Amino acid sequence: MSVLIFAELDQGEVKVASLEALYYGANVAQELQTSATALVIGTTSADLASLGQYGVTKVLHVSDEKLNAANALAYASVLAAAVELEQASVIVIAKSSLGDTLAARSAGKLKAGLVSNVTELPDTSNGFRVKHSIYTGKAFAITEMREGRKILTLKKNVVSPELSQATASVESFSPSIPETDFVAKVIQTEKATGEISLSDADIIVSGGRGMKGPEHWKPLEELAEALHAATGCSKPVSDLDWRPHHEHIGQTGLKVSPNVYIACGISGAIQHLAGVNGSKVIVVINKDPEAPFFKAADYGIVGDVFDILPRLTKAAREQLV
Amino acid sequence: MKILVCLSIVPDTTAKISFTDGDTKLNKTGVQFIAGPYDDYALSRAVDLKEQLGGTVTVLNVGDADGEPIIRKALAVGADDAIRVNAEPRDAYFVAEQIAAIAQRESYDLILMGRESIDFNGGQVHGIVGEMLGLPSYSPVMKLEITGHTAQLTREIEGGKELLEAPLPLVLGCQEPIAEWKIPNMRGIMTARTKPLNVVEPTGQDSLTQATRFELPPAKGAVKMIPAAEAETLITLLRTEAKVL
Repeated sequence: MSVLIFAELDQGEVKVASLEALYYGANVAQELQTSATALVIGTTSADLASLGQYGVTKVLHVSDEKLNAANALAYASVLAAAVELEQASVIVIAKSSLGDTLAARSAGKLKAGLVSNVTELPDTSNGFRVKHSIYTGKAFAITEMREGRKILTLKKNVVSPELSQATASVESFSPSIPETDFVAKVIQTEKATGEISLSDADIIVSGGRGMKGPEHWKPLEELAEALHAATGCSKPVSDLDWRPHHEHIGQTGLKVSPNVYIACGISGAIQHLAGVNGSKVIVVINKDPEAPFFKAADYGIVGDVFDILPRLTKAAREQLV
Repeated sequence: MKILVCLSIVPDTTAKISFTDGDTKLNKTGVQFIAGPYDDYALSRAVDLKEQLGGTVTVLNVGDADGEPIIRKALAVGADDAIRVNAEPRDAYFVAEQIAAIAQRESYDLILMGRESIDFNGGQVHGIVGEMLGLPSYSPVMKLEITGHTAQLTREIEGGKELLEAPLPLVLGCQEPIAEWKIPNMRGIMTARTKPLNVVEPTGQDSLTQATRFELPPAKGAVKMIPAAEAETLITLLRTEAKVL
């Protein structure tokens, strides 16, 4: 029995959300009086032994170039092999585009119970219960996971890792992967590089129709840069093609849970709130004092975004170094 | 082209969520139920593909008889027949087992559903069904074209998208803008009344997970308004008061 955590690489580095998953998994292992192992898939020059700081004692590394492109089918085959090797009973995966599909395929392969969007450490005092977000953040469920293998996908910001000085042992791992996992040909990939990804971001600056047009996004992007934040947008904005679809946050887009969500010119339709209600702090900037978003906000400023944003950027540059 | 579309039946996106029976059950009073919005996109694309390539579209729901008007609506927008597995959708594994059991008998070219149901937001069923049937599954799919026996699909990935080509059969989790939602017309509504809606009993084992209790999020404190003239203090407040910068 052990805990296995999938540590996702993005451009050769372990993602921040996965570092949280490592710490979460190590905590679960401690509660279950067992050990935690990380699984890293793809080539990387990152110092994997240092993942020990998050509490894992071992890192299994599948250093195979063929797996550098995120292929959830192949990753699920690797994960299942690692589960067998480690006799893992609990598997922890940070939510992401890859992580979600990986979790689902693995649940089917391993006949494991799967709970998505977990928001707290499990209660193992009597069985195994986890709290998770449902109804797109409008409620939580406490779900009992029956005997047998369990997979959890974690929302961002569930734990704040406290690092130790430990190092993990790194073992190379090369399980066999069926050819059928590579049946899809990737014809083309479009990926914004160098941007902070929304699912990994601690701070998000997001714009709505109040930004008046794609050509006016500069002040928002400048504030994002000053705060080391990712940029997002509301559904109307991506529907109008002002911003790419992958930035769309809301009921039918990405659900995010950053430390700070700064909404600029977004009125706050219930469908948009559904995508951001997991945020720790919500800031709303809108010229309409009646905008419903203010009711869901922690801080609000009634004013013109084109006046406010540059001033916030200036203040952020002065205060944050 | 033989297509199966799996429909979840869920509270409307604008529904106010609350619980009853000591927080163990959803309070359905005043809640309107709809087909999952993502599933609805999958259905619309399936109907378009049928019109383009010929074939059939079957809709499948795991749920009780209360959902039948919603299933009829799917027939009214162009599905040919429907199957309702007469069981409460206990968890993703259980639902996937029902879908896989039917798919094994019928061999569909495409099994489409939403990327996730908007009640439990699991996003699990397509992947589990794929494994159970030994088929590839991809999600979330934003664009889908079929040429001969090959699917070209655009999948959203972190920070972008990916164009894939894969042979049928496939299991796909769909999202906008794969198709426009369809509104049934009068002729569709009339013909839907006589289209077959077969009710079958569930197969397979029990669920692997069980929600035991529900909670609402803690009430939000009052918003702190900052006068526009002092907007800069926001950065200070985020640093020193909220301690998030």
